[in-house]
Amino acid sequence: MIVGLESWTLARPEIFLAAATALLLIYGVVRGEIATPFVSVATSVALLVTAALLFLPYREGTAFSSLFIVDRLTATMKAMVLVGSAIAILMSRAYFEQAKAWRFEYPLVVALATLGMMLMISANDLMALYVGLELQSLALYVIAAFQRDSVRSTEAGVKYFVLGSVASGMLLFGSSLIYGFCGGTAFVQISGALADGRATEIGVIIGLVFVVAGLAFKVSAVPFHMWTPDVYEGAPTPVTALFAVAPKIAALSLLVSVLMGPFKPLFAQWQQIIIVASVLSMALGAFAALRQQNIKRLMAYSSIGNVGYILLGVASGTEIGIQAVVFYLAIYLVMTLGVFATILMMKRRNIMVEEVADLAGLARSQPMMALGMLIFMFSMAGIPPLAGFWGKLYIFMAAVEAKLFVPAVLGVLASVVASYYYLRIVKVMYFDEPAEAIDRPAFGVNRVVALVAAFLIAIFSLVPQPLSLIAEAAAKGLFQ
Amino acid sequence: MSSWPILSLITFLPLVGALFCLIVNGPKEAVERNCRSVALVTTLATFLISLLLWIRFDPTKAGFQFEEKVAWVPALNIGYHAGIDGISLFFVLLSTLLTPICILASWESIKVRVKEYMIAFLVLETFMVGMFCALDLALFYIFFEGVLIPMFLIIGVWGGKRRVYAAFKFFLYTLLGSVLMLLAIIAVYGQVGTTDLPTVMEKLDLPFTWQCWLWLAFFASFAVKVPMWPVHTWLPDAHVEAPTAGSVILAGVLLKMGGYGFLRFSIPLFPEATQYFAPMVFGLSLVAVIYTSLVALVQEDMKKLIAYSSVAHMGFVTIGAFVMNMQGVQGSIFQMLSHGIVSAALFLCVGVVYDRMHTREIAAYGGLVHRMPRYAFTFLFFTLASVGLPGLSGFVGEFLVLLGAFKANTWVAFLAATSLILGAAYALWLYRKIVFGELTKDSLKGILDMNKREIAIFLPLVLLTIWMGVYPNSFLDPMAPAVDKLIGDYQAALKLARTAALVP
Repeated sequence: MIVGLESWTLARPEIFLAAATALLLIYGVVRGEIATPFVSVATSVALLVTAALLFLPYREGTAFSSLFIVDRLTATMKAMVLVGSAIAILMSRAYFEQAKAWRFEYPLVVALATLGMMLMISANDLMALYVGLELQSLALYVIAAFQRDSVRSTEAGVKYFVLGSVASGMLLFGSSLIYGFCGGTAFVQISGALADGRATEIGVIIGLVFVVAGLAFKVSAVPFHMWTPDVYEGAPTPVTALFAVAPKIAALSLLVSVLMGPFKPLFAQWQQIIIVASVLSMALGAFAALRQQNIKRLMAYSSIGNVGYILLGVASGTEIGIQAVVFYLAIYLVMTLGVFATILMMKRRNIMVEEVADLAGLARSQPMMALGMLIFMFSMAGIPPLAGFWGKLYIFMAAVEAKLFVPAVLGVLASVVASYYYLRIVKVMYFDEPAEAIDRPAFGVNRVVALVAAFLIAIFSLVPQPLSLIAEAAAKGLFQ
Repeated sequence: MSSWPILSLITFLPLVGALFCLIVNGPKEAVERNCRSVALVTTLATFLISLLLWIRFDPTKAGFQFEEKVAWVPALNIGYHAGIDGISLFFVLLSTLLTPICILASWESIKVRVKEYMIAFLVLETFMVGMFCALDLALFYIFFEGVLIPMFLIIGVWGGKRRVYAAFKFFLYTLLGSVLMLLAIIAVYGQVGTTDLPTVMEKLDLPFTWQCWLWLAFFASFAVKVPMWPVHTWLPDAHVEAPTAGSVILAGVLLKMGGYGFLRFSIPLFPEATQYFAPMVFGLSLVAVIYTSLVALVQEDMKKLIAYSSVAHMGFVTIGAFVMNMQGVQGSIFQMLSHGIVSAALFLCVGVVYDRMHTREIAAYGGLVHRMPRYAFTFLFFTLASVGLPGLSGFVGEFLVLLGAFKANTWVAFLAATSLILGAAYALWLYRKIVFGELTKDSLKGILDMNKREIAIFLPLVLLTIWMGVYPNSFLDPMAPAVDKLIGDYQAALKLARTAALVP
């Protein structure tokens, strides 16, 4: 089949990113280590340019014989992923420099992972999905272990690799079952076959369960979350920041497009799975985090809880549900980047610290840093008027509209439990007597990111409308 | 209709003050001095502007006045809709009156982190006023919950020994109640398609079982806030540990949010469920009235005693609100206002001696009248107002509630009336222990009487208490049309439900 020009223009952001990464790689190899600062900034710029290319001009349609799809939803999700990755790269410099692991490969591997994420977001075929997912995963395994002389980092990398491979295997197995029963891997073929009465075949259902399980692993939903706390804690902090945003957004977007696309006819079947995963994630995210002392581990459980809320939006299966997912993810992206920027600023006598107790008395030693963290924590807890509240409101609106009353009640109760550990961080910062003071954060990317994130949270708290318009436009793409 | 957004001005003016405090910088003393002044000036200005509301309020109208309506999140059909009627008018005034008093009361007693303290209070005022003005369910919820953040910090940072425990208990208790209300609000939204209160009131039509579920969800939130027995246990802890001004706001305004919520949302939105659950509310309120009065009798901590008395007084409020006749509801609102002033003043009285002696134990005091005559007078005045001495504000509210309750159910009135006796017992006991008797304790021998600042704090409260007791009509008249409409709508809805039930 001849691939027309149309396909190339639709995939132009991906092509640009791939080309830019390749060129920067060559540059890095030629110049050696001294190229690192330039490569990292250039990669971030390339990622942001890619994000701009998505919308300038915006085009939608399918490409490469329907392997690849672009619509409002995928474009919005890609933009979030790209912004998340770009900022995560910028945030990592100080950390890796101090750890003497600042190599030019790091930003490039992140860029490759991001390319994989873009491909999986745009996947319109089970094969394309798998290829995108693997490109992403392999790159992420590498950067989890990037600090290669640290035992914790390498352990995190290996753990992520082993468990991630199992998940990929499950996904692949599920895909093959579906291929066998539906006679094709393209999403249109699958939905066509399901509409033709294949939906009741037991093989399809089993295939669906495997696919969902594989994706649940990637979004770290309970009961496939086990890797998350260890990897989050072990990986270098900037990598954890990346893990908490970009792959999560990409995998959730993929989950949405798979479930709401080809498997729409099996709504009643997958809804049950998603509801259970959602409720369990919310509960586990709330209860398991209560006693965590390490703030990265705590954020891991927090992210599991957040995924639970997002899945509740997915489970509603309605347009407002998908809007809620996009809206929540956007707020989550900002909050999480802000929190991790703050964590990256936690240094005492120039050594990174990451225990919750290290924040003691922060409100007195670094009032602005504490205020920023206060905003993020209350926002994460979903306390109005902060932006996190709008996200939760959106999700629960979708859930109530879809008559998911019991999960909604369990969800709000879990959010009360979860608010305890967010409050605990506020308590440590504001109520406790100062421990040895945290260093005054040097002026740098992390300070800017934290400041901008706090500012954005404040803006979104007061004016959530623009964000909800974006979410509305994105969700519409899926329901045309 | 006013041409300028007076309600928004009152709501957000304190926030401007908070921003000022935030950017103040320089040497520590200067910052503290400036923050105190900025906070005082802002809150006083807010109070003065809010007086305009009363002056320009049309007491003959039942509907909402000074309305402002702006589309806020059109995607979700949530609007910024503010307005007040006779019911909310005085709560707004109460909030704007008590905040400057709190700032003055903390002038010297707060010595650490003054800047943050003033910011917290200013933000708190914004949320309180905004909540009483909100005519949109989502907006109401945002302010209602938002109050938790500054209050959590006030208790936790500037509180007493067990402040962390008290702050968490306060926050989690209230949050647990509120999130259920959030779901109920969403369910209402699902039914009507908007959260705009007047529209919701007009269009909401729910089957009885649904009304009951949603009523219970709202009840969970408001009952915790009031607080009603048995979910009152956060209150004594929060009160005891909070700094004086925190207790004043808690008792003066935050508790009223529950009672106000009943009148504004539970009753008009779910009339049938209200009727159905009224006996339960009476039962819980009576337990609160009698049981907590008895508990108050055995307290050893001054603040705890007053906290328990608050629970008992608020029991009166909920009885009055749910008897659903003119006297009962008016009495209930009046009782809230009166309690807002009197209990706030009592906490300030505790604060006066706490600032000097740094203990709240009743046993540590005695014979203060010999050293502090002005204080003895003030304390006696508010003790008697709290007990319900005719001529002071407490009497009017209690009397009206009892009158209304008597009309509805004699037994409720009878049992509620026992609290008048019990209330007198614990309040006068407290007073005798602290103020009367011989001045034997060495630590008290050098104690000083109230200074000018403290007198300035109490003076407006004293005058107001007398005014409310002697001429309650200035307060009852503006609220009468709104209350009348509330009851009228309620009866009409019940009648409609009855006729609907008769038609097969």
